[in-house]
Amino acid sequence: MNHLDYAILLITVLGIAAYGAWHTRGRHTFKTYLKGSGDTPWLVIGISVMATQASAVTFLSTPGQGYIGGLGFVQFYFGMPIALIIIAAVFLPIYRKLNVITAYEYLGQRFDLKTRLLGASVFLLQRALGAGLTIYAPAIVLSKVLNWPLHLTIIGSGIVVIIYTAIGGSDAVNATQKYQIAVIFAGMIAAFVLLLVNLPSGLSLSDTLTIAGRMHKLEAVNFSTNPGQRYTFWSGMIAATFHMLAYFGTDQSQVQRYIGGASLRESRLGLMFNAVFKIPMQFFILAIGVLIFVTYQFEKPPVFFDQVTWNERAAQGDAAKMHDIETRFSEAHAAERQKLALWMTARQSGNSSAGSPMLEAAIKAHADVEAVRKEARLAVDPNDKRNDTDYIFITYILDHFPHGLIGLLVATFFAAALSAKAAELNALGSASIVDFYKPVLKKDASEEHYLFASKAFTIGWGCVSITFALCLSLAENLIQAVNIVGALFYPVMLSLFVVGFFMRGIRGTAVFIGGLVAQIVVLVLFFTVPDSTLSYLWYNVIGCIVCICVSAMVQQVVKSTATQQTA
Amino acid sequence: MTPEQPPNDDATGLPGLRTWRGVYTFVLAFFAIWVLLLIALTRAYS
Repeated sequence: MNHLDYAILLITVLGIAAYGAWHTRGRHTFKTYLKGSGDTPWLVIGISVMATQASAVTFLSTPGQGYIGGLGFVQFYFGMPIALIIIAAVFLPIYRKLNVITAYEYLGQRFDLKTRLLGASVFLLQRALGAGLTIYAPAIVLSKVLNWPLHLTIIGSGIVVIIYTAIGGSDAVNATQKYQIAVIFAGMIAAFVLLLVNLPSGLSLSDTLTIAGRMHKLEAVNFSTNPGQRYTFWSGMIAATFHMLAYFGTDQSQVQRYIGGASLRESRLGLMFNAVFKIPMQFFILAIGVLIFVTYQFEKPPVFFDQVTWNERAAQGDAAKMHDIETRFSEAHAAERQKLALWMTARQSGNSSAGSPMLEAAIKAHADVEAVRKEARLAVDPNDKRNDTDYIFITYILDHFPHGLIGLLVATFFAAALSAKAAELNALGSASIVDFYKPVLKKDASEEHYLFASKAFTIGWGCVSITFALCLSLAENLIQAVNIVGALFYPVMLSLFVVGFFMRGIRGTAVFIGGLVAQIVVLVLFFTVPDSTLSYLWYNVIGCIVCICVSAMVQQVVKSTATQQTA
Repeated sequence: MTPEQPPNDDATGLPGLRTWRGVYTFVLAFFAIWVLLLIALTRAYS
């Protein structure tokens, strides 16, 4: 990165943050601080919902997913339109009718205080973990690649987001997210166009698709019924629907974005905006990864994209072995390039029948390249847990994009990190004050006191997430790590609401016990059943079913006991 | 002076989609088209 890149990065990130703080300064009551002014139009709600979900991880890690696994990850979003329609039709009218600030207030009104506190506690726990990841994820990658100090990157970006979120509350989150998403879209569209323009010489779009398809990168839909396969049509349509229902319908960081709409109509349209545009957006981000994959078939990439770790391992241990891997990787890649060049020559001369065996040979050569890459991963970590997926996109950006655009793309990652983080802090602060502090610790204080306490909680949670981020160490691909954390806790959160909305006869104690049992079942599954047997997405379905069944049974026992006592 | 009218939440305000049922059907149809296109892409290049 040069001075131009740093100038674009700082102006964009700090400018938007300063605008958020200035725009919303000193015009808050306790309720508007947490919920917004109640005049948010649908487009801002839609953008805000999108920006909250699309953290830096989405833009940094998803192209890497596309590079390694192809388009299949798009199936994870298949549940989203269905879930958002259910939320718009069922959840949202109830939230607005009850005029709640947090989703967990509904649990208190429908059941009792302990169920409300259970829902809010599970949210605080999982969101605090998630908030640590949100800030850690871009920091670890960018600090390594750009040689920035990791701790300073985490603390610096954390402080920026704490300041404007604490000053401006929910309105500041919405106001900044508009501009942050504009930066994000500008960066990603520029990256996509530049990738298309810079395809290897002589390679048409049709050739690109042929190569990507034959190397299994265009398998967008997979109808496998194996529950150990993470992303299939069925896991997307069923398990991901539960996941999205939990995330968009019960996670306060999302609920807070749309309940502050000017009307039910505005909130609904904001959700429908996401139901329509999210899948195309994810498709194009994954397609960026596929285009990078094809480009790297014609020019040699690093054998391991996390070059800092690679060089560290070489310095620590068997440098000769790693050098040998690099040499064999170069040879294998050169062989693949040669076969691809022959295929292209045959294709361009119109002799497609002669080209076909050459493409087969190139695909075989690619398998050799991948085998050496696996050796490289094992050389870095014998347990094959060290992932270089998250480094693919940033490596490509730094090697291929012009200065100025590099700054814009890095600003994109930071804008995404700050937008998601701000929404999380805002929600953590809201749930702490509305669901714990006000009903349990200090019931009858003044509005000013609660406003001050809200800001204090926001700052407090910001410090907790920074501390957590400073202690983190990750092996899993970042976007998957975020989703796994969610899947451990979402089943319980969702099931409390599902029972509340759809099972009228069940009371607080029954659903409380059902929720606890479901949480234990999910944690037992996570620690005992390998992911290759049962993918984490299915925890959402299992946890929800367990909670519903246990709640119904406990309610039946409570009812019969009460009947016996009456008799 | 007449009191301010509360927003009519039943009206979608969208041209051609007057009911929420219509909006949801449109969203599902759009989704179905995307899935069909993705299936076609998968089949065409695998």
